[in-house]
Amino acid sequence: MESVFGLVGKDFAIVAADTSAVHSILVHKTNEDKIMLLDSHKLMGASGETGDRAQFTEYIQKNVALYQFRNGIPLTTAAAANYTRGELATALRKNPYQVNIILAGYDKEIGPSIYYIDYIASCHKLDKAAFGYGSYFALAMMDRHYRRDMTIEEAIELVDKCIIEIRSRLVVAPPNFIIKIVDKDGAREYAWRQSIKDSPVPAA
Amino acid sequence: MNCPLPQAISPKSTQFLPFYTQIRTKSSIFDCFLRLNLSLMSIFEYNGSAIVAMVGKNCFAIASDRRLGVQLQTVATDFQKIYKMHDKLFIGLAGLATDAQTLYQRLVFRLKLYQLREERDMKPETFASLVSAILYEKRFGPYFCQPVIAGLGDEDKPFICTMDSIGAKELAKDFVVAGTASESLYGACESMFKPDMEAEELFETISQALLSSVDRDCLSGWGGHVYLVTPTEVTERILKGRMD
Repeated sequence: MESVFGLVGKDFAIVAADTSAVHSILVHKTNEDKIMLLDSHKLMGASGETGDRAQFTEYIQKNVALYQFRNGIPLTTAAAANYTRGELATALRKNPYQVNIILAGYDKEIGPSIYYIDYIASCHKLDKAAFGYGSYFALAMMDRHYRRDMTIEEAIELVDKCIIEIRSRLVVAPPNFIIKIVDKDGAREYAWRQSIKDSPVPAA
Repeated sequence: MNCPLPQAISPKSTQFLPFYTQIRTKSSIFDCFLRLNLSLMSIFEYNGSAIVAMVGKNCFAIASDRRLGVQLQTVATDFQKIYKMHDKLFIGLAGLATDAQTLYQRLVFRLKLYQLREERDMKPETFASLVSAILYEKRFGPYFCQPVIAGLGDEDKPFICTMDSIGAKELAKDFVVAGTASESLYGACESMFKPDMEAEELFETISQALLSSVDRDCLSGWGGHVYLVTPTEVTERILKGRMD
């Protein structure tokens, strides 16, 4: 089942997420990217109802882009987090989106940061965050091994530890994960951790 | 003997449920979520909190725990629950964290408008009425928050008050409590409080009351946050408690 988690390192932030698209007892695909690039220096890892997740993250992404076009400056990570929270909070009492979000970003003056925003729109800045069934393992693993001054290599090692723990201890463990990083050079895909491949679709 | 058959339970009986089960939203998913939660626990206990305010001699103290949880899982141990509205006015918001954040943002907005229009700070009594009015606006779909307001009013007279989620004020001369640890806070405050304490003794009392109360509550704790306010200064202290 869904696992999204992230952590802040020395001068970067990492978000990792499973890549399974599940509905009921069926796995529809195992290469679904659940971490969206919001803008050049922001990552939005999201879990929850598949449709809500796709709709909501795209809505936020486009509005963050619109803000940048209008004002010529990008939103800070904190501003984007508060904007996202505001949208979720207004939706909560009308037509709620069932999405949990880990928002990672890098700002020149502030450095890397991660914001935890759940579907009832509680927002909090954290060093390490996790959602879903994987959170029980990822949080425990990160509580034990996390340090604020980790290098990228150390952090990836920790992320791998979390993924291995989820894969080996969770009954409904997802097979594949994606890892993305944001630092001063921008947000980018870092690696995949695949244990099965989607079989290629033959051309019609 | 002639025994009357029990009356069939009419579906209308649901209308006597507590007000918070009657929230009407467009989405049935959200409705289900609230009902599901409420059948197990109150939505007020979703995140966990403990807030207390006490009056001393020309001073007051307001304290809270620092945990942000999602039911039994602890998400953060540095969550802010007490907000400074101006130098001599503080509000603590217990209950659902999301509503606490929303409510705080709305209160800041209203307070800034007041300050611009009136060119003065709001009195605690006035602020309490403002909070009450904002809460009652949402009478049939409330913010799931229980506020604690503490401030120094005219001639630095301390004022403390709490409210329920729909804005029914409860004024007190000695102490007020709110949150999931409120029962144990009542006990602790009842036995530790003395009238007219000096600032330092008040700090010691409120801190001990808070720490001993949250140790008997699963949903709050992980240290404390205390503000001590006298006419001349505001002291903010972070407490370490049982960090488990």
